[in-house]
Amino acid sequence: MKKDSNLYIFMYASIMVIIVAAVLSFTAETLKPIQKQNVKVEKIQNILSSVGIKSTKQNAEEMFDKYIPNNNRILINSKGEKVEGNAFNINLKIENSKAIDQRSLPLFIVNMDDGTKKTIVPLLGTGLWGPIWGYIAFEPDNNTIFGAIFDHKGETPGLGAEISKDWFQKPFKGKTIFEGDKFVSITVHKGGHGAAERAGDTKHGVDAISGGTITSKGLEKMVYESLEGYQSYFKENK
Amino acid sequence: MSEFLSKKSLKLLTDPLNDNNPITVQVLGICSALAVTVKVEPAIVMGISVMVVTAMANLIVSLLRNSIPDRIRIIVQLVIVAALVIIVDQVLKAYAYDVSKQLSVFVGLIITNCIIMGRLEAFALANKPGASFLDGIGNGLGYAVILIIIAVIRELFGAGTITLPGLGELHVVPQAFYDFGYKNNGLVILPPMALIVVGLIIWFQRAKNKGLIESK
Repeated sequence: MKKDSNLYIFMYASIMVIIVAAVLSFTAETLKPIQKQNVKVEKIQNILSSVGIKSTKQNAEEMFDKYIPNNNRILINSKGEKVEGNAFNINLKIENSKAIDQRSLPLFIVNMDDGTKKTIVPLLGTGLWGPIWGYIAFEPDNNTIFGAIFDHKGETPGLGAEISKDWFQKPFKGKTIFEGDKFVSITVHKGGHGAAERAGDTKHGVDAISGGTITSKGLEKMVYESLEGYQSYFKENK
Repeated sequence: MSEFLSKKSLKLLTDPLNDNNPITVQVLGICSALAVTVKVEPAIVMGISVMVVTAMANLIVSLLRNSIPDRIRIIVQLVIVAALVIIVDQVLKAYAYDVSKQLSVFVGLIITNCIIMGRLEAFALANKPGASFLDGIGNGLGYAVILIIIAVIRELFGAGTITLPGLGELHVVPQAFYDFGYKNNGLVILPPMALIVVGLIIWFQRAKNKGLIESK
């Protein structure tokens, strides 16, 4: 067959595509379990670090069982009642697409070393380029933030990606999400360093990222929408 | 095997390290050299990834060189490179998860790295598999070496640390320096400094090797 005939080219391309597809799907399938485990361990480490517990890849699962035993990973509904299921396995993306009173809301109760119980709420939202997520840990009053961590899939480095940095996350500590009995969530203030303070919002406000406005606003929306459903639970468990 | 170790083969390996370096002489693959050189560990992993892809792509294209229809030559090369890059990406996600997160999109962007297509077109299509493989390794190494040099300079002066695979972050600048008022230079971490470092390396290389300077 001539090398520049259309038939040859068609056959060459088809065979090549089939071989490549087979090789790629084989690789992806073989490596999937290891990749899944990596993601799981990272999730555990994220959850633990929101209450300041440092863990390594090796001991992450062990620490998780120690501080947040299986029956502390609970699901509630928007009325604050416990429902069946495990908070770790819940798919936030699916839950967030439901109406608030239909959602199963995950909660992690941490038995801290000092005997107190902190509550961790997972968050999921949208930044500029893709998903952003995080975990907020609350003091036993379920109002004051004890710690928060955020991460992202592909926000702009140096701008939106700064949400995963300490300087952005630290100010969340000590902020409250209720004003009296009213749920106000956390506001992200534009205007550079000290913007929240200048706006006179020291109780529920933090500084936005200069140049990362859409990510900052996305984060504000994520915090609000993720915490909204927990209002009754938080009020009952002050 | 004798062909494998001859002077000519050795030249294929060593040429790209210096006189025909893909970054500093051919000026290819600059984009990723700027993006992943803030720390040493991702630079090393990126260097190895590019080396694997160039070597394997060179080998495969060279093996197929007599059967590839000329009219879809570039498409065939792209499919081979893309498949290899996805495999590398998947392997990194499984065995070097943290680094793969740092490299993020830049692993995928290896596909667009000019070094690879450049070597396929310029070398693999016209040479035997063995030589092509060595050429790929050589060019990958040449890329990796420059990446690592830039990364060492940037991490050392920008953060005062050196991050190596398996060893983690090593604080190489002693605390005593900081006590005397030494400060890490934040500018070195920013992308423009990577370009300046590449420029300095090119300058240094040309000053040492006059043969690289174009005649007017």
